[in-house]
Amino acid sequence: MAATRRARAASSGSKGAPSLDADQLEQLYRDMLLIRRFEEKAGQLYGMGLIGGFCHLYIGQEAVVVGLHALARPGDSIITSYRDHGHMLATGMDPKGVMAELTGRIGGYSRGKGGSMHMFSREVGFYGGHGIVGAQVPLGTGLAFAHKYHEDGGLCFTYLGDGAVNQGQVYESFNMAALWGLPVLYVIENNKYGMGTSVERASAPGDLSQRGAAYGIPGKAINGMNVLDVIEGCAEAVEHVRAGKGPYLLDVKTYRYRGHSMSDPAKYRTKEEVARMRAESDPIDQLKQRLLTDGVFDEARLKDIDRDVKAVVGEAAEFAQHSPEPDPAELWTDVLVEA
Amino acid sequence: MPTPILMPALSPTMEEGTLARWLKKEGDAVEAGDVLAEIETDKATMEYEAVDEGRLGKILVSDGTEGVKVNQAIAILLTEGEDDSALDAAVQAAQSGESAGASGVIPAPGDAPTGQSPPPQAATPPPAAAAPEPDAPEDDEPVYDKTRRQSVREALRDAMAEEMRRDEAVFLMGEEVAQYEGAYKVSQGLLAEFGDKRVVDTPITEMGFAGLGVGAAFGGLRPIVEFMTFNFSMQAIDHVINSAAKTLYMAGGKMGCPIVFRGPNGAAARVGAQHSQCYASWYAHVPGLKVVAPWSAADAKGLLKAAIRDPNPVVVLENEILYGQTFDVPEAEDFVLPIGKAKVERKGDGVTIVAFSRMVGVALEAAKTLSAEGIEAEVINLRSLRPLDTATILRSVRKTNRLVTVEEGWPVAGIGAEIGQVVMEQAFDWLDAPVTRVTGADVPMPYAANLEALALPTADRVAEAARAVCYRSQA
Repeated sequence: MAATRRARAASSGSKGAPSLDADQLEQLYRDMLLIRRFEEKAGQLYGMGLIGGFCHLYIGQEAVVVGLHALARPGDSIITSYRDHGHMLATGMDPKGVMAELTGRIGGYSRGKGGSMHMFSREVGFYGGHGIVGAQVPLGTGLAFAHKYHEDGGLCFTYLGDGAVNQGQVYESFNMAALWGLPVLYVIENNKYGMGTSVERASAPGDLSQRGAAYGIPGKAINGMNVLDVIEGCAEAVEHVRAGKGPYLLDVKTYRYRGHSMSDPAKYRTKEEVARMRAESDPIDQLKQRLLTDGVFDEARLKDIDRDVKAVVGEAAEFAQHSPEPDPAELWTDVLVEA
Repeated sequence: MPTPILMPALSPTMEEGTLARWLKKEGDAVEAGDVLAEIETDKATMEYEAVDEGRLGKILVSDGTEGVKVNQAIAILLTEGEDDSALDAAVQAAQSGESAGASGVIPAPGDAPTGQSPPPQAATPPPAAAAPEPDAPEDDEPVYDKTRRQSVREALRDAMAEEMRRDEAVFLMGEEVAQYEGAYKVSQGLLAEFGDKRVVDTPITEMGFAGLGVGAAFGGLRPIVEFMTFNFSMQAIDHVINSAAKTLYMAGGKMGCPIVFRGPNGAAARVGAQHSQCYASWYAHVPGLKVVAPWSAADAKGLLKAAIRDPNPVVVLENEILYGQTFDVPEAEDFVLPIGKAKVERKGDGVTIVAFSRMVGVALEAAKTLSAEGIEAEVINLRSLRPLDTATILRSVRKTNRLVTVEEGWPVAGIGAEIGQVVMEQAFDWLDAPVTRVTGADVPMPYAANLEALALPTADRVAEAARAVCYRSQA
């Protein structure tokens, strides 16, 4: 599994960028590439009719979760919405289990009963995967409540989209998190469009990072298209929350290349806009160029990584196609825990 | 081997589409992510992107072709090291439908030869071997020799206090639960004993704290979430159902949600339509939830303790008018009642009256009247609405052959409707009269005292319904 070795940024205690060694940089590259290739493969399997229903791809946004997860520690928790494949892979969940869930097979994380939007792994601290826009925000705040209750030093990375920021329960959560000083980092993955509606058409003018200001929650805008910027920009927020100073809000600017879901023709934006983002701001290309320029890797090494990642994704797709469908008896199981 | 490019499914419902336009020509280099073609689905025109890199060897389906089936080969991609000499065989293979193997045309899951016939169209799970048969002898509750007189309010408080002493992970949160000691004084003394870490006053923010409670349960705690009344749980119902009840199933059993949602349900007195509603059938509808509705103080204590210990989300529907009523409560140290088990409060062979929560008292009062007229009613206190103890109901109906259900809630799709259906399906031949419902009036709750009284079931109405199914008129 490609994502077992995490690129943990050394916490220097200062507010500057944590210094990353070559291994850590390689891991960032690998993790982003794994998400990209995994999602491309998921799109392909969808096209073949092997994945059904809703399928929200993360392509373009890889630097956000990979960068933030580099700042996480074992024992932290992560929760997000329905665009969740990237979070699962970055958190170290097995690509085979994720892909098999997408195909609705018994080998999937939820035995085929959850689907793209509903997978969980307490082992790695991943708490879903939630399909109702904004609902994961109080849930993540509750995970933070549990961290504080247990005094375990953990924090909850609670991801939400720019579309979720106008849900009332987000502010109910901000209020309680600030009131009780809960260890929660709210991360807006601002990809500019909530389904087909741009931020400008959905949100009253203003800086989304300041949406917590009324509750005394500090906020910051971050360039989410560059993984090193994400790590450097978010380190201070993570330290703030970890130090017990309460919640922090990040508005991480990113971009999704694909439609909202598989059946979205994306007519609400121009082809030029997408093409420009891909050409100029791609998170994987940016890191690749940086690594080559700095001489961290040569082309041959990058090709090896490419091949490794492709193999992992190929294996996941193979597994996902050959794992059997759940037994009909599975229809009736897991409704209740038998006491 | 050259890779066939297949017609993709680009929406959940697409079976065929139109190949509107190729954006690459034969011979063009293709990178992963390049747009190959525009395809019209049943919903929209979509761009079709390449997944593999290589060179477009041959286009098999030309611009403007309609009715192209999903998974039909539309072009051949030559990958690294392959030249046109490989094309002919690949084209032949693709066109004869033997393209499987390269990029892999895998039969969709529905077509997979699993060797199993489709599952039967059952709406409920096959009965477990252990399910009690209606014919089985009654499983009477143990008799507790030592009891003491307690109000429902005190019994609920004791249940929470005992469980909080027993398990550090149990905590109570809600509006006015701590310093105010409960809007209805149910949590008296809990803040003093357990402190503000475990008895948490929340802002007025039902959706927020219900969701926060569910998240805390995911994180290993055992929250008791109090709704000041269940009327306000409508603000939070998404978390009760979508976040709490469904997670275990969606997680394939990997993560559940041990949480209790409790508070007063149903009509209080003269509080008007928005504050007088029974949520029994709303929550009892939902797989993944357990729902209990205690009547007596013993019910309240035994069922709330069971709810707190249960690894599933449990909705505890209390009743404000019952809070001050007193009953005998067993003093036994570990008195807990099983969820899913009804109690026969009064035995009789003339008619069965099924009720829950405050209506149990109403039913017992009606039974007294009926007894004076020579009709001995059997009164069943459901205690639990999901799972519903149908065995106890069926056993009684097979004895009395007549059934009246009583509930405060509205009749449409109510608890009585469900019980009537179960009895029709499973005891049709035992019935000597149609199952009759006594319910709240099918109107929002009026404020005027006389109208409010008309909107709720009374002992008189229950007795009248019982006489009717016995084909008797009032003595």
